[in-house]
Order: sequence, then C-alpha cells, then structure tokens
Amino acid sequence: MAEYQEPTYAEVNRDVLRTMLVTGPKYWTALGISMTVAVVCFFGPWFYQIHVGVGAAGMNRSAFWGTYLSNFIFWIGLSHSGTLLSAVLHITQSSWRKAIYRSAEAMTLFSLVTAAFFVMVHVGRVWFVHWNFPVPNQMGLWPNFRSPLMFDVMAVTTYLTASSIFIYMGSVPDFAAVRDASTGMRRRLYTIFSFGWRGTQKEWHTLGWAYTFFAVFVIPLAVSVHSIVSWDFAMSIVPSLHQTIFAPYFVCGAIYSGTAGIVSVMFLLRKFLGLERYIREIHLDNLGKLLITLSLIWTYINIMEVFTGWFSGSSFEYEAMKFRMFGFYGPLYWEMLLFCALVPLLMLFGKIRKNWRYMFIISILINIGMLTERFLIVATSQPRKFLPDAFGFYFPSPVEISITVGSFAIFTTLFLVFVKWVPCVSIYEVKETLQPLRKRAT
Amino acid sequence: MSTANTLRDYLKPGYYDEFDYHWAMTIDLDRCTGCSACVVACQAENNLPIVGEKRFSERREIKWLRIERYWQGEYPDIKLRFLPMLCQHCDQAPCETPCPVAATYHNQDGLNTQIYNRCIGTRTCAVYCPYEVRSFNWFTYTWDEPLEQQLNPDVTVREKGVMEKCTFCIQRIRIAKDKAKDDDRRRVRDGEVTPACVQSCPTEAMVFGDSKDPDSKVSQMLNNPRGFKVLEDLNTLPSVVYLQKVEEQGHGHG
Repeated sequence: MAEYQEPTYAEVNRDVLRTMLVTGPKYWTALGISMTVAVVCFFGPWFYQIHVGVGAAGMNRSAFWGTYLSNFIFWIGLSHSGTLLSAVLHITQSSWRKAIYRSAEAMTLFSLVTAAFFVMVHVGRVWFVHWNFPVPNQMGLWPNFRSPLMFDVMAVTTYLTASSIFIYMGSVPDFAAVRDASTGMRRRLYTIFSFGWRGTQKEWHTLGWAYTFFAVFVIPLAVSVHSIVSWDFAMSIVPSLHQTIFAPYFVCGAIYSGTAGIVSVMFLLRKFLGLERYIREIHLDNLGKLLITLSLIWTYINIMEVFTGWFSGSSFEYEAMKFRMFGFYGPLYWEMLLFCALVPLLMLFGKIRKNWRYMFIISILINIGMLTERFLIVATSQPRKFLPDAFGFYFPSPVEISITVGSFAIFTTLFLVFVKWVPCVSIYEVKETLQPLRKRAT
Repeated sequence: MSTANTLRDYLKPGYYDEFDYHWAMTIDLDRCTGCSACVVACQAENNLPIVGEKRFSERREIKWLRIERYWQGEYPDIKLRFLPMLCQHCDQAPCETPCPVAATYHNQDGLNTQIYNRCIGTRTCAVYCPYEVRSFNWFTYTWDEPLEQQLNPDVTVREKGVMEKCTFCIQRIRIAKDKAKDDDRRRVRDGEVTPACVQSCPTEAMVFGDSKDPDSKVSQMLNNPRGFKVLEDLNTLPSVVYLQKVEEQGHGHG
C-alpha cells in the first residue's frame, strides 16, 4: 500500500480541475473510438431494425423478449449503486464516499440513459413510444396503470429525474470552483451552471439540508425501481419468473453489479486522470467488503430461487429449471455462478481487496456474470412455458449482439463527455476530509 | 359534465356490470381429425400474411390458430392427438393487464380484443400468454400478385411491430349485430355468427355461439361432461372449452 502525501486545499482544486481543463490526445482517441463504436454498432443496426422491423433481432414465437430487455435490466441494475450508494453513505456519514460519489452518480445517470435507449430499441413501433406517457390526446386515452411496464416507465423516469437533480445539486459548489478557475466562454457558462454560488454560510446550510433531503428521498426510489423492473417478469405467470423473491433478487443483483461497476470506473478514472491521491486503497477496501456482503446475499437468493422452484412441485417449474441449468444455456448458468458467487469470495483476503488490478478484474467478472444472469432470465424462461408444442429456442442475432456492444460505447461516450464538464471528484467534499492546515503543522 | 360525473365515469371505465354477449367455443377433440382446414380458413379470412419458409423455420409464422400435435404412448402402442389452439378469450386474461398502452382489453362481447393502432409492440402480452397464441409482425409483409386481390376488405392489414391474435372473427360478429339492429332485434340469434374456422370444419368439431343464451347450441355443448379447459389451473377462465376424446378402455383400436 503506497503512502500518499495529503494534498492541500489548493492542490485539490488544481488536481481535480486539471482533469477538466487539460485534455490530452489519449482522451480524444478514446472519445473518438467510443463515439464511432456507438454509431457503427448501436445506431446503425438500430436504424436498420427500425427500417425492416424487429425481425432483425433473433426473437421468435415463445421468446418474444430477448437481449434488448435483458440489457435493459442490466443497465438499470448498473445504475443502482451510484445514487443509492451515495445516498446511503451520505446518511450514514461515511467519509470515504466523498472521493467516489460524483463518478458513481454519473454512472447512475448514464446507465439509465443507456437503459432508456434499450426500451426504444425493444419496442416494435418506436415512433409511438411516447404513448407510454399520459400524453393528452383527442381520444382521451390513458396508459394502462395496471401494467407493470407502466410502473416501470413511472419509476425509471422518476429515478432519472431525481438522480439528475441529486448529482447536479451536489455539483453546484464545484461548478462555482470551475467558474472561478476559468475564463471566457467557460466562465460565463459555469456562472449559469453554478446558479451564482458564492459560498456563504446560508448557501452551505441550504445545500446540506437539500442534499440530505434528496438522499433520503432517493433511497426508497432506487429500491422501488428495480423491484418494479423485476415485476415485469414476476407479474407474469411464466414458470421460473412468477416468483415473489424476484423483487429482492433484482434489487440485490442491481446493487451488486452497480458496486462492481463503481470499482471498474474508479480504477479507470484513477489510472487515466491521475487521481491516485484522492481515490485510495481505503475506498477499494470498503467497496470490496460491500461486494462480499452483496455476493453472499445474491448467492443465497439464487439458492432460494432454485429451492422454491423445486419445492413448488410443478412440472412446468421443473422443466424451466432443467432447461436453465442443463439445457443449451447450461454452461452460461454455471459460468454465472462461478463469476458471481465463487470468484468474489477471493475478496475475503485483504491483500486482494486492496490490490487495484485484482479488484478491477473481479469487478469486470462480476458484471459479466450479472449480464449473463439477466440474459438467462429472459432467454431460458419463455421458451419453456406451458404447452410443449410452443417450446422454442432463442439465440441473439448479429444485430442484437452489435447493439449490445454499442450500448457500452454509448455509456463510455457519455461518461467521457461528463468528465470534461463536471469535476468527477467532489472538490468541496474531499476538502472536508482533509486535516486542516493548522492541525497538520503540529 | 360535472366533476362528480367525470369521477364516477373513471370508476367504471367503459365497463358495465355484465357483458352484452359472452362468445364461446367448444372444440370436440373426438371429432377433430387434424385436417387443418380451420388454419387455412383463418389465414384467408383474417388477412394473415404468408411469411415464407425461412421465417416459418425461424418460428416467426403468423398464425391465429394452430393444430398442436402430441404423441401419446410409446411405439407400437402410440396415438396421435390433436389440440387446435387459438386465443382462449380468457375472462381473466393474463395478457390484458401488462400492456402499458392498454392496446389489448376485454370488450362488451366478452372478447379479448387487440387494437392494432394502439399497439406499440412491447410484446409483453405474448410473453404473459400461457397459450402462446399471439403472433407478432416481425416484418412488414406483402402479398404477391394476384394474392392481394383476395384480401378481406373487412379486416385491416397489420404493419410491422404490431401484435395480433384471434378475434373470434370480430368482423362477422359486428356484421351480425348490425343486421340484428336493422331488423329491430335486441340480440343476435344463435347460429347467425360463424367464425371462419367453425364454418370450414368438415367434421363440425367446433361449435361457436353466445354462452349467455341458455338455448344456444354452444351452451348445451358447454354442459357436456367431457368438457375441459386447457391449463385450467392457471385460472384464466378461458372461453374455449375442449371436449375430451372418447377413449376405449384398455388396449382398443381407438
């Protein structure tokens, strides 16, 4: 564990603002690649699909939902840690959150945007997707409020709005810092962004109050979002989906993959933006402990899912379970268990928990496992419903695979744009954790 | 309209306490020979597209009615069983609740209807349907010359991205109701409505009618002790009742 000298207040400003103001060729290359991939792999195939119909994807009778929906769950899941973790840690006053929460919240925001893209890719007639909202119309038609998908629209839009406000509000003092450190156009822009923040006592008080209020508000919201996403499945009567455990299963899985996502993003930010002094081993250690806890809960729920399926004594459940564990996608099921239940146990060792490289690999493996989990939920349940005559099979088409790859590029692009617009480490909150100069001198 | 009235209307959005009709069907499996005449009739009546061999092998055929084929027993003592499967028009339909835009709903005739114009293609209804009777328009299909000449003018042609399914030939029900109204009758008489599949069945295995009318042919068939509903445990309350095949006891030549 390397020793870092604690930065001074001025250094905090300088180091963090440097990530925004100084842009190297590496950044432009990364941005260029991710934008190209997003256009080529996501938008190109999507427009092709809009042109010919959803048949461009591999879905068919009995497997009417495919990777688009499983990716939607994955991205919503990835969004879960950011704002939720930030809010929980804010309320529990864990000071180690301060260096990481801004990028974690940004992750929330951009995963939600990516997930929203998948809703549009998924539906058959994307040009009418606004009918999901209660848009006034001459027919007096409302959306169907009994539908779990409708709850989903409500929950996701509320979550998106709340987490946008949450991240923006927390950034206002930092926007002011950018304003003070810049000139010209950027200064004028950040004057508007910072709402004329001056740093008076009253402003700090209001911010603190509002921030805590939103933190409390966001926690139940985040839990509800993934519960509702799970109800898209659990409210059907499809064997192996129709389970009461689905809501906690999804929420736990979401926080799990989200926390792993934060570890990956932190590793990259630290490496490429030179933030070694701010994102430290203690953060990694704490996140590692959280990951182990979540992994154990996740494993327990997975065992319970199999148990309830077996205990139901329903032949439909048996068939679906058998198909999931030993069918064509059986290897994927065991891969998921390996990556999400066994590999994380390595983090029980402190040495691994404090090693950036190991933790990065584990976090990526966890998210691969979680992506698989969501795919299995979608791809192995519908082809084994009730009538054996309608048993089918689903395999993603090249268009779907390409769009899945492209979605990661969309996320990366958004994130790369973000790091140049918003300080990706909270300047003012990092300062709170530093020892005052007077004390340090003694 | 006063606010109180508006609120009162929201309590019962378009529904009354009772259906006007309750269209139902019985399918006698003892009479069904699996000839698929009903499948063809349905295709012709309802403008179902011809998807071609490739799409068919991808399991993307559009069929509102299919003959499920099951083998019973082991060779040589093996029997072939047919189960014509069409939309069951469930009274507690699992497909109706999840549609976010309410494109599928129960109408006053006790029919589970699909509004193509409203459908945005989330395909949730098809996932929730335990009978797998919903078909999705994965592509826009066209009819080669001169096949477009035989399209039924009473039925819309669906575009890509829309879910569709058996309507119990709702266009025929509408025509019969109009005629009844023109003749100053309150109700459609039994036998006035015949869906295409029922009409084409050579062995008259299918019977269609209003189960609210106790004298109708279908109501009498519904009392048949051989009747059963597919996946009855799910409590979807289907409107289609199947009559069990009559089996000889022991090893007969059934």
